[in-house]
Amino acid sequence: MKGRFWPNVLFYLVVGIMALVVLFPFLWMLSSSFKTQVDIIAWPPKILFEPTLRNYEKVFDEQDFLKYFVNSTIVGTAAVGMSLLLGLPAAYSIARFRQRKLAVFILLARLMPGISFLMPWYIVFSRLDLMDSYTALILSHMLIALPIVVWIMSTYFATIPQELEESAMVDGATRQYAFWKIILPLSGPGIITATTLSFIFSWNNFMFSQVLSMEKTRTLPIAVYNFLSYAEVDWGGVMAAAVAIMAPAIVLTMIFQKYVVKGLTMGAVKG
Amino acid sequence: MMRSSMAERNLHWWFPLPAILFVAMLMVFPVLYTLYLSFTNWNLTSGAPMAFVGFRSYARVLSEPRFLHALGRTFAFTAAAVAIEGLLGVAAALILNRAFVGRSVAKLLLLLPLVATPVAVGIVFNLFYDPTIGLLNFVLQSVGLPPGLWVTHQRTVLASLVLVDVWQWTPMITLIVLAGLAGLPEEPVEAARIDGASEWQIIRWVTIPMVMPVILTALILRLIDALKTFDIIFAMTGGGPGYASETLNIMGFKYSFEYFRMGQSAVILVVLFVVVFTCSLGIMRLRAASET
Repeated sequence: MKGRFWPNVLFYLVVGIMALVVLFPFLWMLSSSFKTQVDIIAWPPKILFEPTLRNYEKVFDEQDFLKYFVNSTIVGTAAVGMSLLLGLPAAYSIARFRQRKLAVFILLARLMPGISFLMPWYIVFSRLDLMDSYTALILSHMLIALPIVVWIMSTYFATIPQELEESAMVDGATRQYAFWKIILPLSGPGIITATTLSFIFSWNNFMFSQVLSMEKTRTLPIAVYNFLSYAEVDWGGVMAAAVAIMAPAIVLTMIFQKYVVKGLTMGAVKG
Repeated sequence: MMRSSMAERNLHWWFPLPAILFVAMLMVFPVLYTLYLSFTNWNLTSGAPMAFVGFRSYARVLSEPRFLHALGRTFAFTAAAVAIEGLLGVAAALILNRAFVGRSVAKLLLLLPLVATPVAVGIVFNLFYDPTIGLLNFVLQSVGLPPGLWVTHQRTVLASLVLVDVWQWTPMITLIVLAGLAGLPEEPVEAARIDGASEWQIIRWVTIPMVMPVILTALILRLIDALKTFDIIFAMTGGGPGYASETLNIMGFKYSFEYFRMGQSAVILVVLFVVVFTCSLGIMRLRAASET
């Protein structure tokens, strides 16, 4: 490969710069979370410093982040679970009976601005005495998860050959039995994609939880935000909180990388 | 073998029924209720009973400079963010679209901003932007440039927020376009190469036209989300300083949950809804057109 040396150097240089731009905020957040306040406000900014775990102690001992962690996990898991329960049959029906209008209808929940549902929810949930309840929070997060599940799974089911159910149905099985026993067991990859992606979106949601949750059901994004507003100058603590909230989503993404890419690009690219 | 039960014949409607009912309850009903409220003067704090006032709330809100500025700002933010993300995202995809050592690591890195919690991302960028201790001003001053005020000044706040959106969402476009590029047939590129076209000519006249439907869809998906940007703005500036970074979404949120002027906030939400809905219809049309 004569003459390919310099183009290759240039290529890796460009890719390296891109990687640095993407990674830098994460690295700075991580390193700041181990800095004392003195090191953070030091000028010029410090690259080398003596790390401390004090910020993490503050976040988990004094701020009770563990509770918010549990809340986020409860809400995300329940919302995704219920969305699979409602969404899988709907997605199957959309895929097999080509119900495009129905697909668009459910997808609107993903496209429309959340605040136009949130204001009425606030009024209704207040009347029903459901503010700061897991019920209200899970219902609202289901509206995030369900369209993702339906979108990903209807695309996925469409790739499974119809002949599979049809031959079972010729043998006397009902369609609903074929769905449970033949199609769902084949849908593992699709379900992993839908579950991972909708859980991450629920985990990161700020607006719904900010309005519907209070002390009892507060989720992590709200805790991080509150930490900022009353501990304005405690940058180390805030950065530790930011690390704590991002870590689970990033670990999930690393484990299910292939599925997350598929989920995010699905729909824009046919097939 | 004709043995088809009622349940099975009607499966196409009872299978999706729970999902339909759920979306109707949590989306359709609330949207209609918002529409209804926009014709009232309801104010949760005044204690006065709700009265039907026709289009008076519309007249009031739509003539308010604060609203008009928020509307303009929403479009400005969206246009700037989507344009920059489109250019950088497509360029990055074209660069990365080849076999190289570390390709899978590069793809993983692209995913990280997309799954990072927006509120936390905003806070990290606030640390970069901080006029006195922030890294960005340190870099600027090191190379002899004057320090910036970033999100603390009315003139620079919106551009600073666009930059955060660009950092977080450009990889989305790159990933989608990369997936599109991977699905392209190789023959046209081979043919152009045999005909003596340069690499740039191939990209400009063969690759980009072929992947154009995917690029457009990615842009419109981004456009819809950019119009609704809430988390980073709320966490970084709360719409300030003054109202300098207040978009429709932020203004609607404040009218609803800080001032509790439900009638007027409903007007803002209806306008935002119509804006996003119109753009969403565009997406459906475009997808339909690209599928035929």
